[in-house]
Amino acid sequence: MKLTDEEKAMLEGEHGPAVQKAMDLLVRYGEALGAERLVETNNVSTTFASTSPIIRKFIAERGGGPDVFDAVFCEFNLDSQEVVKIPPIKAYGCQLIQYVDAENWEIHGMDREISELNAMNEAYSGSIGLHMLSTCTPYQVGNIPVKGEHCAWMESSAVVYINSVLGARTNCEGRESTGAALLTRRIPYWGYHLDENRLGTDLIEVETDLVDMRDWGIFGYYVGEMVGERVPVISGIKRVPDHNMLKHFGAAASSSGGVELYHIPGITAEANTVEEAFGHRKPKNTFRFGPEEMKQAYEWLNYSAKDPHVDFIMLGCPHASLEQLRDICRLLEGKKVHSNTHLWIFTPRALKQVADRSGYTKIITEAGGHLMSDTCPAIARVLPPGTKVVATDSAKQAHYLPAIMGVQTWFGSLEQCINAAVTGRWSA
Amino acid sequence: MEKMKTEKIILRGRKVVGGCAEGEALVTRDTISGWGGIDPMTGTIIEMRHELRGQSFKDKVLVFPGAKGSSGWSAFFHTARLAGAAPKAMIFNVMTTKVALGAVVTHAPAMTDLDQDPLEVIETGDWVKVDADNGIVEVIKRKVKK
Repeated sequence: MKLTDEEKAMLEGEHGPAVQKAMDLLVRYGEALGAERLVETNNVSTTFASTSPIIRKFIAERGGGPDVFDAVFCEFNLDSQEVVKIPPIKAYGCQLIQYVDAENWEIHGMDREISELNAMNEAYSGSIGLHMLSTCTPYQVGNIPVKGEHCAWMESSAVVYINSVLGARTNCEGRESTGAALLTRRIPYWGYHLDENRLGTDLIEVETDLVDMRDWGIFGYYVGEMVGERVPVISGIKRVPDHNMLKHFGAAASSSGGVELYHIPGITAEANTVEEAFGHRKPKNTFRFGPEEMKQAYEWLNYSAKDPHVDFIMLGCPHASLEQLRDICRLLEGKKVHSNTHLWIFTPRALKQVADRSGYTKIITEAGGHLMSDTCPAIARVLPPGTKVVATDSAKQAHYLPAIMGVQTWFGSLEQCINAAVTGRWSA
Repeated sequence: MEKMKTEKIILRGRKVVGGCAEGEALVTRDTISGWGGIDPMTGTIIEMRHELRGQSFKDKVLVFPGAKGSSGWSAFFHTARLAGAAPKAMIFNVMTTKVALGAVVTHAPAMTDLDQDPLEVIETGDWVKVDADNGIVEVIKRKVKK
């Protein structure tokens, strides 16, 4: 891989040992990819969390100590077994979703010890200059990349959103590559950083009206299953979706498949026509999405669900917007969550503050639900005690919860979910 | 007694991560998810509807089409290495950032771009030697020919 003089200096240690370790990882990673060079980035979404079991074990084996978070950063964010001091980070960077909700860890059944470790971890992250957004949707709360901006982001649902809707340029990075990007402001120039790889590969012809978020979630789940990691171009959309629908569409497509970029000509950032989206390429495959495909994907999403007695309703995957919170409150106001069910709703902490001021938190709490932040059941691996059957309006959560937590999961509309919360039963 | 003849096949490809390792092959035609797809403490595949669900790649030469799903791919294979549950080596077809970074932090020899499709040539149970530094994969078929 070709390095600039500045990058060579970083590799040779002239910018300090942590930057050297970071550049060493980027070179190993870039060569593994077959990248020709690195590209500059000043927008990194990453994670530096120390509360997973393997990292707690790693910390315990080192007996804690003042440099313990440096040691965690070196191993888990730079792939360096040698411990060096981590300096203030160079690139702007934010924390993605994490394992612990700093305020609701007790409801999640987490030990005080883990919550204290999380608090120390957050203080360390802040001290090196990481913005503690602590959400899977940084683009909702202050980190909104510009079209053409080279980024280094993790979190598949956020990657597909900023690539497609905003026209930013990122691959689906990992914890170690984003760790290195924070210290060097570099990431391999490969994949979706290059024009050629952003052209469409598959055409999806929509022959049904997509009305609400449920429809868009199902549609995304179908598209991911069909195209895998390729770049779908979607035609036939009759009404312009809002950002919530596109958030759910992308999250679903990156769960059933590995979609990191799609185009809806005239609506998303990069193409005004189908021809423009494909450029000099011809579509590899053409798929139709009509009422039958809608039914098929709905069945895939409800693959694990049998028992209509619902123990737990999960809303806010990816983290809920203010519009979603208002919709939830309009349906929930004046009602009570059934005594056998739990209702947890997740929103970015920055929006939680707005929800508090707008009266949404009060409505949810008075109904017997909880408005939470920072994490989600699949990331934290927590469910209310005794949960066997879940209901959610998120295709992504419906995809992962049965595998990760071994629970049945119903997928449906927000109305169905709130109805299940109030009655304790799922009705299709 | 007749002499047993073992079939040996040589494949050539590109190094992803250097080094040399050998072991029994575990082959799948399904792409693999890291986060939400494997238990990193044991190396077991947990994804619903995956053909290897319930099987572990620990100490195996993992032969697979590529990676999919969450950006936690590398962190989960990184964890598998620290838990002693990583594969001995990896051979895959489709390059992505997930699988490249995952292979790098697993510290096991890894190769791609082989001159024949490894999913066609290698079967679960074959003995596979991966010499990533020299770009050579040696496959000794499990089924012996008399």
